[in-house]
Amino acid sequence: MSLAALFFYLFAGVAVASAFMVIASRNPVHSVLFLILTFVNAAGLFILIGAEYLAMLLVVVYVGAVAVLFLFVVMMLDVDFVELRQGFLQYLPVGVLIGLVFLAELVLVFGSWTFGQGVTGAVAAGPSDVTNAVQIGRVLYTDYVYFFQAAAMILLVAMIGAIVLTLRHKPNVKRQSIPVQNARTKKMAMDVVKVPSGKGL
Amino acid sequence: MVIGLPHYLTVAAILFTLGTLGIFLNRKNVIVILMSIELILLSVNINFVAFSVFLGNITGQIFALFVLTVAAAEAAIGLAILVVFFRNRGSIAVEDINTMKG
Repeated sequence: MSLAALFFYLFAGVAVASAFMVIASRNPVHSVLFLILTFVNAAGLFILIGAEYLAMLLVVVYVGAVAVLFLFVVMMLDVDFVELRQGFLQYLPVGVLIGLVFLAELVLVFGSWTFGQGVTGAVAAGPSDVTNAVQIGRVLYTDYVYFFQAAAMILLVAMIGAIVLTLRHKPNVKRQSIPVQNARTKKMAMDVVKVPSGKGL
Repeated sequence: MVIGLPHYLTVAAILFTLGTLGIFLNRKNVIVILMSIELILLSVNINFVAFSVFLGNITGQIFALFVLTVAAAEAAIGLAILVVFFRNRGSIAVEDINTMKG
């Protein structure tokens, strides 16, 4: 067994095992941590196959942003997760049955997959002297530039939407109001009081 | 032993199945359902990248990039909705999400 095959089975095995733990673990915090492990191992698979740029993107975007967002939300919400797990065993048989049927179909279809005659190598491969990131950049900013802009727009809308959804103004919190501050005059701010001596205010 | 396309497709198929199974098993917990959706999208990405590499065409990786973008946006919006819902109702159980009587 070659070193590449060894690493493939290592990454694939850990990815599948941790994906199983994501759906099976009792505590959602553990689920998120196993999700991170799954993503890291998938990034390893991508590096093995020669897609380094997507592997780095997976680590940065999924592990660095999405999974941490999940972790943040899980820890922020004060939810009784034990109660949410009731009915887990009730749905287990039908879930496993459907999953097995689905898996068998997918493996039967893809396990025997071969490209048709003339398909392999028919598509011109990029020049092999440049790196994966350069290849992606050459295509992404030319042929797919509108899709790239649309993706940017989707992210912008998602960001604004998330902020709008979760922002709330508490009524009893003091805030700075610039117009009110600027409209203040000497008359509103100060009051000259004649104090009779020996009496105080 | 050469690792070929069927190996990667099998891994992706197993991850996809685990994702659907997670939706079935944890149908009360919205957070785990969202994580299962992330697993499904990851397996789709593995499929895209495997086909892209073994066909020698970079377009599959571009598409995987866009899938990644949409997955990130979906997670952000979904979790924001979840936070707002928890503030209003004090629960994230799926059977409590019935205000609209749909």
